Amino acid sequence: MGIGRQQVEHVAKLARLALTEEELNLFEGQLSAILEHAATVTKLDTEGVEPTSHSMPLMNVLRPDVVIPPIGSAAALANAPAEEDGHFRVPRILDDES
Amino acid sequence: MNPTEAPDLVTTIGLEVHVELKTNTKMFCGCPVGFGGEPNSRVCPVCLGHPGTLPTMNEKAVEYTTKIAMALGCDIAPRSVFHRKNYFYPDMPKNYQISQYDLPVGERGSLEVEVDGEFYTVGITRAHLEEDTGKSLHIGGGGRIHDADYSLEDFNRAGTPLVEIVSEPDITSPAVARAYATELRSILEYLGVSDVRMEEGSMRVDANISVAPPGERGKKVEVKNMNSLRSVFRALEYEEKRQREVLRSGGSVTQSTRHWDEKAGRTQELRTKEEAFDYRYFPEPDLVPLEPAVEWLRQLREEQPELPIERAKRYQRDLGLSSYDAGVLRSTKALGDLFEQALAAAKKADAKQVSNWVTNDLMSLLAAVPEGTKNPPLTGSNLAELVDMVAGGDLSKSQAQQVLQKTLETGRRPREIADESGIKQVSDEGALEAAIDAVLAANPDVAERLRSGDNKPFGFLMGEVMKATKGQGNPKVVSGLIRKKIS
Repeated sequence: MGIGRQQVEHVAKLARLALTEEELNLFEGQLSAILEHAATVTKLDTEGVEPTSHSMPLMNVLRPDVVIPPIGSAAALANAPAEEDGHFRVPRILDDES
Repeated sequence: MNPTEAPDLVTTIGLEVHVELKTNTKMFCGCPVGFGGEPNSRVCPVCLGHPGTLPTMNEKAVEYTTKIAMALGCDIAPRSVFHRKNYFYPDMPKNYQISQYDLPVGERGSLEVEVDGEFYTVGITRAHLEEDTGKSLHIGGGGRIHDADYSLEDFNRAGTPLVEIVSEPDITSPAVARAYATELRSILEYLGVSDVRMEEGSMRVDANISVAPPGERGKKVEVKNMNSLRSVFRALEYEEKRQREVLRSGGSVTQSTRHWDEKAGRTQELRTKEEAFDYRYFPEPDLVPLEPAVEWLRQLREEQPELPIERAKRYQRDLGLSSYDAGVLRSTKALGDLFEQALAAAKKADAKQVSNWVTNDLMSLLAAVPEGTKNPPLTGSNLAELVDMVAGGDLSKSQAQQVLQKTLETGRRPREIADESGIKQVSDEGALEAAIDAVLAANPDVAERLRSGDNKPFGFLMGEVMKATKGQGNPKVVSGLIRKKIS
């Protein structure tokens, strides 16, 4: 069970990764190997076994609804690459094609 | 033929409502929740998505969401899980929103709404808990994202607990859609879990609407940017008509997202990508599942208030009130509570009398008070005292209106205000008779006209007697006495 070139390109696009031709070839092979391994695992009989989303036997970890003073906008913006009027300034959001 | 009246096309509407919860703090960190304020003043490393930070669930938000799901008759999930919804947009610093996917807090509920005396049941698909995003401000190009030079981000809202309530596509008209949104807002207000202010965005309504011949499936159009209940109705009415016209003229509706322009009164197609979104949902590894304890759920059920529609039905059934009166009294929880407290405290007045004072005089006075109907500055016992004074003949209606206004302004007891300002109604025949005799004596010609059957000057005489009694004469007694004297 492998993964096609098109799928690799699609996943890369979803993750906003610009991959070179060599990288696409490399990941096509690596991702196929991972999927093959997963295919082996799916051969196990899991009849009656609940799907696992969390491996720890913990639930309902909650905190009381009590305010913790925020850090303030100066500290919040201290590491921002660009700021303006107390806001984080970000580049144009949409590509020209969208 | 008017296309909107074409009988062979069916309208199908589903609504998606987002509500910000009225908690003190955000969903996954201790930053305070609020509206407005200096940008980025209510943020911390968790809601800014700094590396190495971990989310922790707000127990109040979980409680409120469960209460909402219960009020909507949903099955409460014995186990529910948070997922990451991945997308690339700078309004969430983490590049994903923590939301729920296949295991939401509540599923399979329903909501009953009334339109013109008819009841409709709208199915609720799900109610799930997530975090709100930050706010973007697009700079350049007229403030539109497509033409902007760059954008500014304020994360004060990012991480605010947000409940998404999705209806089944059971809604058949814009009027039912508006009634559904109104009823939902009312329920949320009764539960005390949200400010539900559409103009401030603490309640947001999106709609899916399609039109097709019966039994067929129409192309779904999503309508966004409806900022009031009125605009929900107007936008859907516009969109329904537009789609009907397209179909009637032999065209086909394009599946799309459209933006409601309130000023222009029309919807406009948004430029969107063709490809479907792929959010690559996966279970949030930093949060553990919710498994509500049976005892906790039982306790929450006990705390549930009577729902507004049940309250309205009870007022009509048990108290004999009209559908209109019941509708006004149930419009906010505080107003209905006030009515019930006053009715319980009243010694002379009955339900209809108390109701009339609330739905007429009090409502018009509260219109001048900000948030007046949500938080009326009046106690039930003060209202009861006032209505009793009218029922007992101590105050005329117009005197009581003056006293009510003063009670609202000062919070003092109506009896005290009336005594102090000498506002009272005189019903004693002896005392009134003297005044009437004097007025008749001073106006012999008028008295003569009345005796000869000309009824026109009666009002003038009433006015003179009321003047002579400084407005304190009981109009009923006065008019009875005048009639007796001239007959």
